[in-house]
Amino acid sequence: MKNSLSRDILDHQKPFVSVHDYQNHPHQTIAKKVKTEHVVFVYTIEELMRHLNLKNGMCFSFHHHLRSGDQVINTVCNELIKQNLADLTIAPSSIFPTYHGLYDLIRNRQVKTIHTNYLNGPIATLINQKYLSDYLYMHTHGGRARAIEWGEIAIDVAFLATPAVDKQGNGTGREGKNACGTLGYAISDLEYAKTVVLVTDTILDRLQAVDFDASYVDYVLVLDSIGEAEGIVSGTTKLTRDPVGLKIASQTVALLDELGMITPHFSMQTGAGGISLAVTEFVKQRMIQNKITARFASGGITKSYVEMLEAGLVEALYDVQCFDLDAALSVKNNANHHAMSASEYANPYHPNPIVNDLDFVILGATEIDLDFNVNVTTDSFGKIIGGSGGHADTAAGAKVAIITTQLIRSRLPIIKKRLTTITTPGDSIDILVCERGIAINPKRQDLIQRLQGSNLPLFSMEDLYHLQHQLTGIPKELPHKEPIIGFVIYRDGSVLDTLYQY
Amino acid sequence: MRRSLLFLPGNNPAILNNADVFDCDCVIFDLEDAVSIDEKDAARSLVVQALKTFEHTKIERLVRLNGVDTSLFQADLAALLEAKPDGLMIPKATVETITSVNQQIDALDAHSSILLFPLVESPKGILEVQTIAILPRVKGILFGGEDFAQSMQIERTKEGWEIFTARSLVAMACKAANIDAFDTPFTDTFDEVGLRKDALLAKQLGMSGKACIHPNQIAVVQAVFSPSEQAIFQARRIVKAFEEHQKQNKGVFSLDGKMVDKPIYERAKHLLEEARQLGLWRESDEK
Repeated sequence: MKNSLSRDILDHQKPFVSVHDYQNHPHQTIAKKVKTEHVVFVYTIEELMRHLNLKNGMCFSFHHHLRSGDQVINTVCNELIKQNLADLTIAPSSIFPTYHGLYDLIRNRQVKTIHTNYLNGPIATLINQKYLSDYLYMHTHGGRARAIEWGEIAIDVAFLATPAVDKQGNGTGREGKNACGTLGYAISDLEYAKTVVLVTDTILDRLQAVDFDASYVDYVLVLDSIGEAEGIVSGTTKLTRDPVGLKIASQTVALLDELGMITPHFSMQTGAGGISLAVTEFVKQRMIQNKITARFASGGITKSYVEMLEAGLVEALYDVQCFDLDAALSVKNNANHHAMSASEYANPYHPNPIVNDLDFVILGATEIDLDFNVNVTTDSFGKIIGGSGGHADTAAGAKVAIITTQLIRSRLPIIKKRLTTITTPGDSIDILVCERGIAINPKRQDLIQRLQGSNLPLFSMEDLYHLQHQLTGIPKELPHKEPIIGFVIYRDGSVLDTLYQY
Repeated sequence: MRRSLLFLPGNNPAILNNADVFDCDCVIFDLEDAVSIDEKDAARSLVVQALKTFEHTKIERLVRLNGVDTSLFQADLAALLEAKPDGLMIPKATVETITSVNQQIDALDAHSSILLFPLVESPKGILEVQTIAILPRVKGILFGGEDFAQSMQIERTKEGWEIFTARSLVAMACKAANIDAFDTPFTDTFDEVGLRKDALLAKQLGMSGKACIHPNQIAVVQAVFSPSEQAIFQARRIVKAFEEHQKQNKGVFSLDGKMVDKPIYERAKHLLEEARQLGLWRESDEK
């Protein structure tokens, strides 16, 4: 059958209806875990496995706060290979190319299903080659938290990398030799998994702040090392020097100016891509110039935001994930740098998720269509190169959601009549800014009126669509191949799109 | 108006594709220094195709050819005359080279409307600049400070005093011939403050624009070589006051304690004309 965006989904699935359809359905969480036993400390993975009594068909979850430096998922997956367990469901909040253990586990055909929010590299290739006996489910950050809280992702054991643990079994990401800062994506796993294992390499008498409450923790596995904190530095945290990227960024800030969005006590989220970081820098310059302070910035936090907090330009940071070590240090030391859970950040059913309080968000796109639907999950060939993360969540919540992207990337035009994959519905996207102009979603007549008479290069999406083809020609549409390899799940749990083998 | 001229390497398809997104007045597709010897043919072909394929309507398109003394020049010239950019930049210009280029153009296409932009970058070129400026098809001269310093065996500095005289001579020769004078690029692409200072100096010496070697330099150069809001405001006051005094047959008068005479009036008129061409001011605004 087709959902409301005319995307094919399986007949038994819950179809995507609209961005706000979640309001028509009640919040239905399962009970949080209640635990009475003391936390058990173990010192080898083999000893842990004897306690856990793992079985075929179980679901194991992980978080990705150690990013490329994470060794916990590899250690656990290597053990799962040894135990020859089958039909497993693996639910890491994101999957990085360095997760070799998970790669081997999938290659051994021991994994049935994967739930994650972001994925690229060799594991994406394996999944494309149909190494899962069931499917891949690509969630949003807020949607994953919701799915865990609702029991849709029913976690048997959460293996949570924890940079430091105290003797009672409380955990933190802010201390220890592999401190990574916040642990926001793992809070739902902690609270709702049947069994929780903190995996650490640092035991302290006392923690400065607790991210993982011991009342949810069953086991603490103490290893020599859980990874390398240096690996948490994302490859996308450097300010672009690319002139096209800088042009897009400066155009975006001119647009924000015209829309009156850089005004006292505004709130923003700009992400960590090259253009986004340039936008942050240019916004910062405007704020200094006009003596404006922001109420908060949120999402994944970078050094750039830490500097703004320390300079008094931003009153508070709400941080679900530290993108670099400066941010990790700041969340430890600065009382106005707040850690938040994925649910507090972006779960549509949270009473007041931070995304709903955003004035504007800057987001990327690998493709965008004439209706402003956006793809950040696959490239134009259908290869999985990312995923929503907080894309669909922030777009739905923020007052103005702005896509910044090059109109032509590697000779390919990015505006399509029909997207390869929909990650974020166009109803939640307001503006496209590219190097050749700005398009406003016709559904936002308020923004269009506000920009009347401005000197900005405003175009319709159709104009930009034709302009790009004048430069590139019209690329041949690639029909997708069967079989189905997975699904894109919207934040309310409905199916937004289907992923096919490419 | 040619305030900023952006050099773009002729062998990079993505950059050629985006030539018109950087908000400069002119781009110079470079076949000379930016292209290694093994890519010369490919770059020429790419630039020719880019000129024929893309409209790049908002900008003027120039191409810097390989030197007249190289074996590449004739093929460059023949291919580019056919591709019809707005102008050709001729490196290492002297009276002899530009005369030769004009003769070769006449031989290939006597009616060609192509413009020439000599790149004067040698002591000989500087000493001949007054004559170069009045040769046929020449519409502007770019001063090349780096090669000039090398020929003079002097060290380049950010302050630029070692090229002061050469810059001034180029600016004067161009003004005398009523053509554009373009300043040498500022080579530190990370130093925005230094770039602004250097561009202001060039403007002060009489240059009408400046070459850029990175798109990130354009905004600063455009701003320096455009009339400021304050300058437009003052020019409007001067023109208005002068014309009112003229109606009353009064000659020289004083505005804000400063004498206003005909040269000052003419300069103010010229600035307003520049502002008008750049869309920064409309005569109708006065009425």
